[in-house]
Amino acid sequence: MDPDSLGYIFINACLINNFVLSMFLGICPFLGVSAKIETATRMGLAVIFVMLVSSMCAYGINALLIKLNVEFLRLICYIAVIASAVQLVEMFIKRFSPALFRALGIFLPLITTNCAILGLALFQTQKQYNFLQCLAYALGAGVGFTIALTIMAGLREQLDLADVPDAVKGAALTLIVAGILSLAFMGFAGLGG
Amino acid sequence: MSAESRTIELRSSPHIRAGLSTDAIMLNVVYALVPVCLFAVAAFGLSAALMLAVAAGSCLLTERLMCRMGRQPSTLGDYSALVTGLLLGLTLPPGFPLWMTALGGFVSIALGKALFGGLGHNVFNPALVGRAFLQAAFPAAITEWTPAFITGRLTTCIPSTLAFPFMKAPSIDAYVANAGIDGWSGATPLMIMKFRFGSEAFDAITTQGLFLGSVAGSLGETCALLILIGGAYLIARRMMDWRIPVGMLGGAFALSSVFYLMDTSRYPTPFFMLFSGGLMLGAVFMATDMVTSPTTTAGTWVYSIVIGLFTVIIRLKGGLPEGVMYAILLGNALTPLINNVTQPRIYGAKRETKAEG
Repeated sequence: MDPDSLGYIFINACLINNFVLSMFLGICPFLGVSAKIETATRMGLAVIFVMLVSSMCAYGINALLIKLNVEFLRLICYIAVIASAVQLVEMFIKRFSPALFRALGIFLPLITTNCAILGLALFQTQKQYNFLQCLAYALGAGVGFTIALTIMAGLREQLDLADVPDAVKGAALTLIVAGILSLAFMGFAGLGG
Repeated sequence: MSAESRTIELRSSPHIRAGLSTDAIMLNVVYALVPVCLFAVAAFGLSAALMLAVAAGSCLLTERLMCRMGRQPSTLGDYSALVTGLLLGLTLPPGFPLWMTALGGFVSIALGKALFGGLGHNVFNPALVGRAFLQAAFPAAITEWTPAFITGRLTTCIPSTLAFPFMKAPSIDAYVANAGIDGWSGATPLMIMKFRFGSEAFDAITTQGLFLGSVAGSLGETCALLILIGGAYLIARRMMDWRIPVGMLGGAFALSSVFYLMDTSRYPTPFFMLFSGGLMLGAVFMATDMVTSPTTTAGTWVYSIVIGLFTVIIRLKGGLPEGVMYAILLGNALTPLINNVTQPRIYGAKRETKAEG
């Protein structure tokens, strides 16, 4: 498959170089919000939205910065854009789904510092994607994040019932499961090549 | 039912039947694996025998150790560690260094099972966790293949088998050349399919050879016939869900047929896909692990077909020649979600209301 085609960019961001399981970005919400399937999928949707918005904005800002010849402001601009996008999502969720707002808790504003999103903006700039490619990349990354989060939540719900030794209860076991999951995702290496 | 309408049934003995216990099932899985193991020893010789022994020994030892550390009664008697060890050994290439095998056995039981709380709580197939770990840790050693049925295999070891820990394993080239085989490319049928499709070497592979196991490959994956016999035995004794191998092989067969019919000059026949690599071993002995497969009937079909499809996609479209291991691990990971989605409706409950849970 052509590495510049939209389909390949999507699959690449979603499965082959899954942001969580093979690039290890966004581990904080991956561990924090993966206790329940329902919260996990909604967190995933919020992240997809933030990723799409910040990817679009980052594309525009990057073009503007290049025009003004001030590329060194890129990082700080991206952070500002992501923070405002998260603010938008936060207000939206607070208004329309207070229950979800409470369930996501601190992790909702923390999307701001989710390195997966800043990573996405920086990667798309580095790879010099055009606008449509940026959108495919953002969608792939978001969907990949949601898949990883949902699978993890399913496993953790099941492990709640397991007779886990005290030494590895909680975060330790979650990290071990994440590691094994990451091993499983290695199977996607080179897909579509 | 009212008391009056109850009839007395007269039956001859036996009146009380013992239910299936874990150790009875596991012991029968061991029985089903015996022919596969014997064939592995016959085809790959002394190295195979040593490797199976080390894999099983390492798993049993780790199980004992973990039980002692957890201050729990020993679970060696349920044979599950033995099954894990044999399966791990059967998925490794013949000349794989023994110290790596032992490490794999430790990872299988310790990381794959004990940390989750022992048998019944693990979410991934332990043997495949060990195999995936070895594949990631030693990518070179795990793709070093030896031809089957070479002369002198029963008296001497493949040199890399006895490699000293953390030292470079000796090359197998001299050993293979010594056995009178020239120009050994060190490739399994799947690797030939992947990297040299349409070459003479590819045309030389027959479905019969794949079925009977005269090809190179991991210890236990070469002879499809014996694996199927083992599976048939377990199904006949109702110790294995027949839907899983059927769904997995069916899914793989269907998708590879689609590819084959699309372009016969680029993709192998569906029969090649079915009998090559670890698909058979995975479908019969790994995906069927009761702990890590879905509990609902519909879920079982979804799970097995998804694994079959993943396998073919990774084999034909991915960067690796073999994808069964990854496909099954992904299937294991999806199992809780599949269970969740395919919960049967509670009898009498309305369709709209979601079951609590």
